This record gives sequence, structure tokens and C-alpha cells, in this order.
Amino acid sequence: MGKKILEVRNLKTKYITRFHEDVFAVDGVSFDIEEGKSLGVAGESGCGKSTLALSMMGYYFPPLHYISGDIIIDGKNISGMDPDAVRKNILGTEIAYIPQAAMNALNPTQRIIRFVEDVIRVHEPGASKKDIRERATQRFAELGLPASVLDKHAVELSGGMKQRTVIAISTILSPKVLIADEPSSALDVTSQKMVIKMMRELMEKGYIKSMLFITHELPLLYNVTDDIMVMYAGQIVEKGTAKEMVFDPTHPYSHGLMGSILVPEEGTRGAKLTAIPGTPPNLKKPPQGCRFAERCKYARPECRYTGIPERFFGENDSRMYRCLMGVDELKEVYSHE
Amino acid sequence: MSEIKARPAKDFTNAPMCLSGRGVTKVFGLGDKKTVAVDHVDFDFHVGEFVSIVGESGSGKTTLSKMLLGLLNASEGEIQFMGKPRDISTGAKKREYWKGIQAIFQDPFSSFNVFHKIDSVLLDCINMRGGRNLPKEKKIEMMTEACSFVNLKFAELTNKYPFELSGGQMQRLMIARIFLLKPKILLADEPTSMVDACSRATILDMLLDLRDETGMTIIFITHDIGLAYYISDTVYIMEHGKFVEFGKADEVIINPQAAYTKRLISDVPKIHEEWDLSTVDLKAN
Amino acid sequence: MKNTLRQVFHSSKFVVGFVIFVAILLTMFIYPLVNPGNPLQMIGVGTFAKPGTYVSLYDATKTNTETFRLPDADEKRLVKLLTDADRVAMVEWFDAMGISVEGLDISDTDALLDMWKANYDPAAKPKGMTQAKRNFYKRLNNSIAEIGAAETLIITEKNEETGELEEQGKITKTDYVNTSAVANVKTLPLGTDNFGRDVLKELISAAGTSLLIGLLAGAVATLVGLTLGLLSGYVGGVVDDIIMFITNIFTVIPGFVLLILISYSIGQEQRGATVVALVIGLTSWTWTTRSVRSQVISLRNRDHVNLSKLSGHNLVRIIVTDILPYIASYVVMAFILQVSSGILAEAQLSLLGLGPRTTEVPTLGLMMNWAMLYSAHTNGSWWAYFPVILTITLISFSLNLMNTGLDQVFNPTLRD
Repeated sequence: MGKKILEVRNLKTKYITRFHEDVFAVDGVSFDIEEGKSLGVAGESGCGKSTLALSMMGYYFPPLHYISGDIIIDGKNISGMDPDAVRKNILGTEIAYIPQAAMNALNPTQRIIRFVEDVIRVHEPGASKKDIRERATQRFAELGLPASVLDKHAVELSGGMKQRTVIAISTILSPKVLIADEPSSALDVTSQKMVIKMMRELMEKGYIKSMLFITHELPLLYNVTDDIMVMYAGQIVEKGTAKEMVFDPTHPYSHGLMGSILVPEEGTRGAKLTAIPGTPPNLKKPPQGCRFAERCKYARPECRYTGIPERFFGENDSRMYRCLMGVDELKEVYSHE
Repeated sequence: MSEIKARPAKDFTNAPMCLSGRGVTKVFGLGDKKTVAVDHVDFDFHVGEFVSIVGESGSGKTTLSKMLLGLLNASEGEIQFMGKPRDISTGAKKREYWKGIQAIFQDPFSSFNVFHKIDSVLLDCINMRGGRNLPKEKKIEMMTEACSFVNLKFAELTNKYPFELSGGQMQRLMIARIFLLKPKILLADEPTSMVDACSRATILDMLLDLRDETGMTIIFITHDIGLAYYISDTVYIMEHGKFVEFGKADEVIINPQAAYTKRLISDVPKIHEEWDLSTVDLKAN
Repeated sequence: MKNTLRQVFHSSKFVVGFVIFVAILLTMFIYPLVNPGNPLQMIGVGTFAKPGTYVSLYDATKTNTETFRLPDADEKRLVKLLTDADRVAMVEWFDAMGISVEGLDISDTDALLDMWKANYDPAAKPKGMTQAKRNFYKRLNNSIAEIGAAETLIITEKNEETGELEEQGKITKTDYVNTSAVANVKTLPLGTDNFGRDVLKELISAAGTSLLIGLLAGAVATLVGLTLGLLSGYVGGVVDDIIMFITNIFTVIPGFVLLILISYSIGQEQRGATVVALVIGLTSWTWTTRSVRSQVISLRNRDHVNLSKLSGHNLVRIIVTDILPYIASYVVMAFILQVSSGILAEAQLSLLGLGPRTTEVPTLGLMMNWAMLYSAHTNGSWWAYFPVILTITLISFSLNLMNTGLDQVFNPTLRD
């Protein structure tokens, strides 16, 4: 087992709405990522995957509020820290975050080099312009970005180039964890491939030690990350390696999710698609028992009120899922379909 | 959870023509600022055919769809509807054309007027089909039937507003609307791109059912080539305002001829075949 | 709808603005009921009576008296009679005579008077003092002497037959009347203006008129702006070009100059409150047109409008059901701002003497104009203009606050 870079223990965060109602968007999430590994988060919109990304930074601003839990990066617990301290000491060096619309965050009136200066100077106030430019040029070159980008304005770059530039800037201080929330969803497939390739380079060259990759596109997740966890209604319902999760899902929800993958490959045309009727539960008042029970074809009466345990199986108990039914039992029901 | 079964692709080469175009072009702007969004495209959509138009953002597929719908006038070219040249020169003629073609748009949240209740949306469709004077019971019966076609309960929807539904439910309500209107052509512009994967399958299945039941032509516009492959009989691949390739779904996807189609298919992440990142040149712009 | 209202009333800004505005409105409705009468009636003959309670002196003398022996009555009387200027003058006399005033507190009336009586000499001629100044001190000395004297005032009446003065009654220093027993007592909380009119009554009536002018001007501006904006934005093409051409012309010409010129050319006689409101409304619609147009353009290509077109709805129906409801909140906000700026425009115009003709109704601007013409600001009659400024400020403050509150509810980017 490698060294744990990121540990999240029972993290709970909530949104407070305008009418002072609590929405428990991340409700007891635990996972860890080892050095050199990447973890993917899958789930439908509103399941809390983007909130998880925001919560992980330890940088909370309304309406998002921290309730409890630990976020430990390389042995340092950042969950209780003051937001200002988080901004100065954690963001950029320990954690970097790239949201989907990151490429739109570049101020169009500034040259790219200015953003690099901003990022570096938060942590090294004395860094000279020449030094920063050298570092930026070197890093950009290693990531396949031309040095001329540094002196351009954001509007002169294509969407894919902008996104790659943003990623290069946010990782210039070699953060330990990179959190990417749908970094390529707004791009065309060719640019998407370049973004992914660049993120892989970052990992291979050791500029980032681990990555949390969030997307709703399962084929992409399968190709990008080592492990995948599936989120549903603020909780993790199943976790395993990418291959296991796509081809051998255990939880009924993951099973349904993986059954809806459509790729342009021979064989897809004749395959059956899985559809899950219904909508996710309201997180203002999460259900007492299994959160998926309402939509689950195999739900039993006790599912609705019993607390659902996390179950482990597989080699070294590497796989986790959250269901009342056993693995064999679930395999049995799936085989009858 | 339910299983959606795949439909085998049918051959439509000899089927009657529903909508066809020759040299259809759309140019925006004048002089130096001129951009050609759709560049002399030819197409033949047959009655009952499920056609996908696949293209990435900026390929001109949305402009083409607006022209097909008659919301934009073509700069050049001719479009034939049911064998006759399409005439949408006046408001009355446009309204007549729109009885034959309807649409489902990408974003369900902006497709409904948020001030109108669901029943009034559906009632409007009945009125449009000439059912204004039908007795109230008959109207309710029709609306209930349309809702049950898309697996919604009409009784639960009355007095509700569209935004109280989820994205997937809203798109299904859109299909219920089409079910009531029974146009000859349905143009679906990325109807599943803002819907969750689990609801997506349901919507695709309903579209296929709709086609099978009413025999309407469905023009499905998407950027997702895997989706197009799964659902359509015929696929048109669009790049920079031109159709670079078209043909039966199996032929185009499994054995692509155009360089663009090949690249598009190889760039999409897959699960059985390897997604080859080694060929990606980061230095290329 | 219900939810929107709930959100609106959750905005503290809106609520504060709303409360102030409703309070002003209520005052405008309730005060005339409590205190009826023509707000422009000239009750006073002089100008600028100070705020306060006025007791009819005539009625007071005819009122039954009570005798009170109040220990500090004399002193209070002295304090009131001996003005600060007199006291300073007395000290100046001491200085001129070379008498040490060390330890003397001029607010201590008794000590001052004692020292005066001990030292004043009418015959003395202090060095460098003019004759006029010496005469002033003589008069001062006489009036000081009177303060202590005259225990009783006698009221006399002329007998028509004999032509003699007959004593009717006496007023002593210990006589008091109960103000509620006096037939005529008038409280003027804000005094009177230059024409002797009750400023408070006038102000409340003026606020109402100004608000009506603002509402009419706002309604006209919003209606014209909305109609042109909707047409220009939705129809587009040549219609858009023509409307925007006109709008741009109106935008380029400074609105206030235009307003002054139009008001001037209409002439004093034709300028009633309604005409002024219409003129203000017809010169301030451009802003609404431009913003409605831009909103409509962004709505025009939305899917629900396309869907409505596909459903065969005509232009009017699409505008009314698919466009208008979406910009309604925006239009309401624009209307509120237009009302506020209408009130201000009326005040500005009237201040320049181009407001409604002055004989019919008071407006806030006219009150300012009168106060300025009769130099209220130079002679210290603050009550003639300051409450007016405060009212204008409060009305536009409350309207703007409501507008900001609504903006926060309807504009998600401003939500906190």
C-alpha cells in the first residue's frame, strides 16, 4: 500500500437556503487516495459530487457550511482551519481546484503571466518577475504549452488551450491533490483528450501526487482514473477500481448507472440500456433508511427504515458498497435479468 | 429500474421523402464579418426514419435545426417538405408548416414558460390540433393518455408548474406534448444532454416508441456519437457547416470513411477499446 | 408568485423601504382627515412664523385665571427679557469703565443685575464711546429698571359715550390661564411659510401631489419605454432601427435641458400638475426602452419563445404571455425608479420656477421654490425648506431601497 496523500473522514457539509433550511449535500463521506493514484467520482446531478469538491478545499463561504469531519492532506488536518489560513497555506500548494468553468475565470484584460505571478506570490511574496517567468516557461514547456501563451490574453486562446492553461497555472506550485470538477465537459472531444493527456502528464511527472476527478461521463472516468466511487444523495454507495466498477458493479444504483453507458463501439447498438425511474430524494430531509430504496427495483420493506451499513468485500476488502443485500445475493438477482 | 431494448436499424432508402434539402446555406453577417454557419448541405429525411445529425459545438447543427424548423430563413437553397417546396413566407403559412414539424429543445428548464401550468401547456396542444371545442372530459382523457405514454401521472401534474419537475420529467412532458400534437417531423435538439444518464435511457426509449407508434420522422441532433449510434437509423456527421459523411448508423460508426468521423470516433473515450492517449500531441493547438 | 412575494418580504432592504413608504402614504391619507382644510390657506399675515404653539392673546385675557406663586417665575421672566446681546453689552460697559468683571458669570442674572445697579452711571462718559452707544445704555438701563417694577397690567376699554378708558380687568404676575380653557390655541409644528401658510399641512399635501406627479410621470415613461422596448427588441429589423434611432437621439440630448425647454415653451398658464407630470414622463422613457429592449433580445431566442412560435401563437400573444411575464419584475423595478426620478425632476423644475402654476396645488418643488424666493435660507427660517428636503429624500430613499431589495431578489447575481 502506498502512502495516503488524502484522507477524508466522515465529512459532512450543508447548504443553508434563503429560507434558512438545511440541505445536507455531503452527508458522511469517507475515502482516501494513495500517492500516485486518482479517484473518480460519478453520480447524477444533485448527488453532491460538486459540493464534495468544494467542501474538500476547507474553504467555505455561504451558503455552504461545514458541519463535521476531517480532511487530512499528507498528515495535515485542514478541516478546522481559518478560511484565510486555508487560502494562504493550503490552496495552491496542498490542494488545487479546477471547476468546469475555470477557463472563464481568466480576467480578459490581463496577460497570462499575471495570473502565474498572482498564484506564486500568495505563497512567495518576494519572488522576482524573472524567476517566476523562468519557472512558468519551464513548466509550460513540460506540459506542452508554448511559452508564447504567457504573454497572451485569455481571449486569444481557444477553449481547450484556456482550460489547459488554467490547469497549468493552478498546479504551478505542485499541489499534493488536484480536484478537477468536470474539467473537460465544456470542450469538444479533441480538446478533452488533450486536457486529460495533460493531467496524466502532471501525475506521471510528479507535479501532483493524487487526483480527485469528478464527472458524470462514465466512459471518461473509466479511462482517466484508477478507482471510481459512485455518489448518491450525498453519500458514497459504492467504491472500487475503475474496471470493477464499470464491468462488475455491485450496488443496484451503480448497476443501473453502468448500464446506461453509450459508446461508439461495435456491440453497443444491440445492447440493452438500463433506466432508473424516479428522482433522487430531497436532501433537506434525507430518508431514514436506504436513500436509493424509493427507486430500487430490489428494495425490501426494511430498506426504507434500517440504517444501511457499509459492506466490504474483495481482495483486502478493497471494495465497498452500501446495501442490505449481500454481494452474492445481488449477483444472483442481476443474473436473472 | 427497467431495461430498454435496442431497435434494429431499418433501411429507408426507398421510403417516401419527408424533408429534403438541396444546397441549404445560412450566412450570418455581411462583408468581412461574414460567417457561413451552414454551407450548401443536402439531405433526405424519409418518413419514419430516425436520423441523427452529429456535430461538435460550432459545427452549425443548431443553425441547421433552426432552419429546418423555419425559425430562421435559409440564405440559399431549397427545402422540400412532403414532396413539395416548403413555403414559409407568411405568418399563416408558417403556422401551417408548424403543424407538421415540432421540436424538443436541449434545456428543459428554459423550454417551458414558467408562468404557465402543466395542464395549460398540454391543453394548448389539444387546441392547436383543432380540439378546442371538445368536451372537457375528452380533453382530460387525451391529456391523461399523453402523460401515461411518457410514464407521468396526469392527476399529479395538474396545478403544478413545469419547474417543479425534474429535468428528465420535463423532457418527458415535452414528449407528451409531441404525442398530442402528432406532427410529421420531430426535431429533437440535444434533448438528453442536460438530463442524467439514468433518465436518458427512458427518454430515448420514449422517442423510439413515439416513432414506432406514430410513424413520424425524428431528427435527432446531438454531439454524442455513441448516443447517435445507439438510437438512429441514419447518421449525418457535420463539420464546419458541411455534412462530411452520412449513411446507415452501423456503416458510419463501425466503418467510418471521412477523416473527421474517424477522428471523432477515436477521440471519444470508450470502455472496451483502449482510449489511446499516446497519439495526442500536446503541442498541437 | 406566493414564493416570490415571500422572497421579496424576506429582503430587509425592501422591507425597510416599504415601511417608510407606507408610513409616508398613511400620513398623507390620515393627516387631512384629522386636520381638514385648504392647505394653501394663508392663516398668517406675516411671513415665516416660527414652529410652536400659538395662544390667542385676546382669548387668554378673557379666560378665567388661577393664581400660582411660583418661586422661579421672576427669574424666568428676567432670563427671557434680558437677551444674551444685552448681557454682552452690559459687560462691555463694565470693560469700558475699567471695572473688573473677573468672576462674573453673565448667565447668572441676579449677580449681573446687582453689579449693573451698583456701577451704572448715566452721566458717565467712557472713553471712546459714541453718543448713540451711550443712549443705548440709557434705554437698556430703563428697561432693566422696568423688569423689577410693574406688578400689574391693567386692561382698559374705551367707553363709546364718554370716550374715557374704563378698567376692564387686571393681569398680575401671578395670573395663569389653562391653555385648554383658552378658546384659540394653534399649534404649528413647522411654523408658517412666507405667505403665512401652515407648512406641515402644505407639506403633506405637497408630498401627495408630488407623489402623484411621480406616479403619472413614471407610468407614462414606463409605458412608452416598455412598448417601444418590446417592439424594438422582439420585432427587430427596421422597426428596431427606427426606434433605436429615436431613442438614441433622446438619449444624446440632456434630458433635463429638454425638460426645461419644453416646460418653458408650454407657458406658465398651461402648466398644471398633470402637464408637468406628462412632460417629465415623455422625456425620461429612453432608459426603460434601452433596458427592456436588451432584456427582450435575450429572451427572444429562448426555447420557450421558439416553442410558443411553433405552437402557432401570434406576435401579440407571444409578447404578452411569453415575454412580458419574464420582464415584469424588471419593469416594476424600472417603474419604481422612474417614480423616484419623476419626483426629483418635478422638484428640480419647480425650484427653477418651471413647475406647475402656483395657485392650485402645492408640490415639494414649489415649496422649495417659494422658500428660496423669500430667502428662507438666508434669514434662518429652516422650517420652510428643511422638512421639504427631508421629505423628498425620504420618498426617493424608500423607493430606491425597495428597488434595491427587489433587485436582490430577482437578480441572482446580487444575492448574498
